[in-house]
Amino acid sequence: MSDTVIAPSSFQEIILRLQEYWSKQGCAILQPYDMEVGAGTFHPATTLRSLGPKSWAVAYVQPSRRPTDGRYGENPNRLQHYYQYQVLIKPSPPDLQDLYLESLHAIGVDLTLHDIRFVEDDWESPTLGAWGLGWEVWCDGMEVSQFTYFQQVGGHDCHPVSGELTYGLERLAMYILGVDHVMDMPFNDPKAPFSLSYGDIFKQTEEEYARWNFDVANTEVLLRHFAEAEAECNAILSVEPTDPKMKQKIVMAHPAYDQCIKASHIFNLLDARGVISVTERQAYIARVRTLAKACADAFLETTAGGWSAEDVL
Amino acid sequence: MPDLLIELFSEEIPARMQRRAGEDLKKIITNGLVEAGLTYVAAAAFTTSRRLTLTVEGLLANSPTVREERKGPRADASEKAVGGFLRGVGLTRDEVEVRGSPKGDILFAVIEKPGRPAVDIISQVLEHAIRNFPWQKSMRWGTGTLKWVRPLQSILCILSDDSGATVVPITAQGIAADNKTQGHRFMAPKMITVTGFDDYRVKLKRAYVILDPDERAQVICHDATNVAFASGLELIEDKNLLAEVSGLVEWPVVLMGRINSAFLELPAEVLQTSMREHQKFFSVRNPKTDKIENFITVANREAKDSGATILAGNEKVLSARLADAKFFWENDLIVAKSDLSIWTKALKNVTFHNKLGTQFDRVKRIEALASNLALAVGADIKEAEEGARWAKVDLNSEMVYEFPELQGTMGSYYIKASGRSLAVAVASKEHYSPLGPSDSVPTAPVSVVVALADKLDTLTGFWAIDEKPTGSKDPFALRRGALGVIRLVIENNLTLKLTRFVELQLLRHEIEINREQASKDDLVVIEGVAADAATDGVLPATISTILDGADTQIGGLIPSIQKSIEQVSIDLLNFVYDRLKVYLRDQGFSHDVIDACIAMDQDVDLTSVVKRIKALSEALKTDDGENLIQGYKRANNILSQAEHSSGVEYSYGADLKFMENDEERALFAALDKVGADIAAAMKDQDFTTAMTAMASLRMPIDAFFETTLINADNEIVRRNRLNMLSRIRTLCLSVADLNKLDG
Repeated sequence: MSDTVIAPSSFQEIILRLQEYWSKQGCAILQPYDMEVGAGTFHPATTLRSLGPKSWAVAYVQPSRRPTDGRYGENPNRLQHYYQYQVLIKPSPPDLQDLYLESLHAIGVDLTLHDIRFVEDDWESPTLGAWGLGWEVWCDGMEVSQFTYFQQVGGHDCHPVSGELTYGLERLAMYILGVDHVMDMPFNDPKAPFSLSYGDIFKQTEEEYARWNFDVANTEVLLRHFAEAEAECNAILSVEPTDPKMKQKIVMAHPAYDQCIKASHIFNLLDARGVISVTERQAYIARVRTLAKACADAFLETTAGGWSAEDVL
Repeated sequence: MPDLLIELFSEEIPARMQRRAGEDLKKIITNGLVEAGLTYVAAAAFTTSRRLTLTVEGLLANSPTVREERKGPRADASEKAVGGFLRGVGLTRDEVEVRGSPKGDILFAVIEKPGRPAVDIISQVLEHAIRNFPWQKSMRWGTGTLKWVRPLQSILCILSDDSGATVVPITAQGIAADNKTQGHRFMAPKMITVTGFDDYRVKLKRAYVILDPDERAQVICHDATNVAFASGLELIEDKNLLAEVSGLVEWPVVLMGRINSAFLELPAEVLQTSMREHQKFFSVRNPKTDKIENFITVANREAKDSGATILAGNEKVLSARLADAKFFWENDLIVAKSDLSIWTKALKNVTFHNKLGTQFDRVKRIEALASNLALAVGADIKEAEEGARWAKVDLNSEMVYEFPELQGTMGSYYIKASGRSLAVAVASKEHYSPLGPSDSVPTAPVSVVVALADKLDTLTGFWAIDEKPTGSKDPFALRRGALGVIRLVIENNLTLKLTRFVELQLLRHEIEINREQASKDDLVVIEGVAADAATDGVLPATISTILDGADTQIGGLIPSIQKSIEQVSIDLLNFVYDRLKVYLRDQGFSHDVIDACIAMDQDVDLTSVVKRIKALSEALKTDDGENLIQGYKRANNILSQAEHSSGVEYSYGADLKFMENDEERALFAALDKVGADIAAAMKDQDFTTAMTAMASLRMPIDAFFETTLINADNEIVRRNRLNMLSRIRTLCLSVADLNKLDG
């Protein structure tokens, strides 16, 4: 770790430095998944790839949506659309904590001035049928990352175990840049000819989506889409594994999982519209979990999930 | 004699698991060593967020040699028998001894197990401990199969004596033990080589690690108190938080910061809860304003700017947290000041239990029972009803959604803000109490009524749907609820016939449970009974008696409800009695005295039972009292025998004219006088006076038995004397069933 800390000047510089840092550590830098998800964990590069025996190392930014967290852009740090930075390495390397701390140094956190703590936080995702043990990482009392060793995903034991790091980018960047309101945060270089703040880019969309999420989204349509996604997911998975055209086994784990993601996001929207009662909630979560488990089962039947034609013979 | 030092170094161990893990490590290792024959002088365990450490002093260098003899068959036994013996002991025929005995020559095997060096034993015991450690929750990492609380990074295990330290060879999932550890993660991360426990402890301290959690707690407590005092402020002690925080840091550094003045108007409980739960901050009070104005955070390091950056960061995070809390508080106040019933109506959407309806249904039932209980407790009926109606109003507030532990506390603030009386407001906070044997019991009448109604509703509800506690399982804390009822009644000296209220509330549950299937006529009847009870305020009789008089169809709903209420009520009240027995035994009353008094209790009037128990216990401490019991038992035995053999009751009362001696006449006079005294005392439930009066019978009874033969030849005289014994029995059974007393 070099001693000099160079302060970043913008949100995007922090992202770029993370990309560069994890690239140097040997991670494949993926692009965001092209669907609406609630967190970086939902990206198939994490959910599905944490299963099976094959080694894996990726890092990516994932735009994430949590409709209930919308505050019309007025709350200093609550957004319905925000960015997570996600790292997943399988098997988890023995020095993952050190790698993580160096990444903080890389984005401008002076480790000699701040108080970094690993505070117990067991992670569980009822919708993914997944759990792991780890910590939330505190910097001067503020949670800046989640650090998890995956134990189970989609109801399957993870072996080897993946180490997952999730950085809440806006909150972390606001702290490093010394900004009190997310909308005031410089997105690009403040000295650029056309400097843009986070608010220039997202204030209006936060307002639009908050209004739509809370008051306008057509719940009948959403309820129908939920049922359709669920049915499509099940339909995809019930198709004969061998493709008659290619004459080989093609289990469609990823297309099925897309439908699972879709159902999960629609559930979040319905939740924000306040049309799901407490008792129904559990039932919806269970339905999404059933899909996630079925997708996990299917993934383990694919080459990426460790299936091999030779094993069968 | 060598000393052993073990350190299991890992990624951060959750604070709440550390102390227990230290104790487990000590127990498992020392037990394992002793079982293998390695005794020791002393052992101690220490924990930090990254290490479990055990030091064992004065170990044996080797386990002692053990000689064992086993007797076999006769030397001339069958080949099969001899062969079996030899295989069993693992020796050849030449290696066993032959010893003569009166029964002939017998084979003996002498097996000598040589002692093993400590290193071998330790290595085996520690490896087993690592593989089987009883973590509450553990995990795998990387490609391995070993489970530990978080990834295990290194093992230090050395055995040291005057000649130096030896590493005990152990490997767990590729980690080989050595004599090295690391200092503080940030302040001194370099490797440290150690030669023994003292060296280890000293070097760690130099590397910014305080090994002993108690020492860390002391440092925090001491420094926090001082830093607050230096500014004229007071630290608010919080033992649980202190224990947690000392498990989060290896090198505690106390920093005091200010709460932004925008948040000082928040209720103290909100500030304290938010700071403790979210930030692990201690609260600091300004004695001049009596407000919490500052906080103390404990960092895990020293910093070159003396912690200025750390403190600024923490203050900022706290402000964001409190901004949320303030947002909730202000929103809640708007609702509270406009219409509290917005919240209670929303309780319709919250399920309490799928068989017992919503929280809204529950509150309605509690309100009805509170109204019935008010008179007995001495509370204003309208206030009791209101107290119950709003007691759980905060369950739908934003603040309680965020901080469930503030339920009741927030209710009191919001009810007060709505302009209702203080008694009604306070009931929200107090009605959850007592939460355990050491929690205080409310005394304000409205709080007492609501607390009782709440607990009785829960108990009767779960009894009605047959979800009673079993063994160690008590998910709805019903034992605690029953103890709560007992303490509320006894400690407030309430005269309350519990049976009646229990049956009434069971009826309310039955109405809800059967509402769907019941016929309209039946519903009208049972709802009528419940409503009458409510308007009367005082219950004239038990529900089963009232239902007896109702116009019902045989085989219909009402007889079945009646029967089930009666049975369930008896079962529930027996459960309450069982908790009462535990409670009273804890206070030092003996079980037979408790049983003797409970036997006399028909309406489950707990205060009266306790008064009886106290009176009887006191009486038994006196000479007269103790002897009276013997006299009573003698009288009762003779009388029971006579009743049994002749089938006659001797309850006519004795007649003075058939008396033959002075002792007989003296007892007769005493019984008359004492009888009158007891009757007067019992009217006021003055059991102490009744017992004292009873005890005064001891002398005349003893004298009577000494001089008088009961079974006289003259049948009239005999019957007269038996009638007198009958009088003794009746009087002596006024307070307690003395037959239940031991000895």
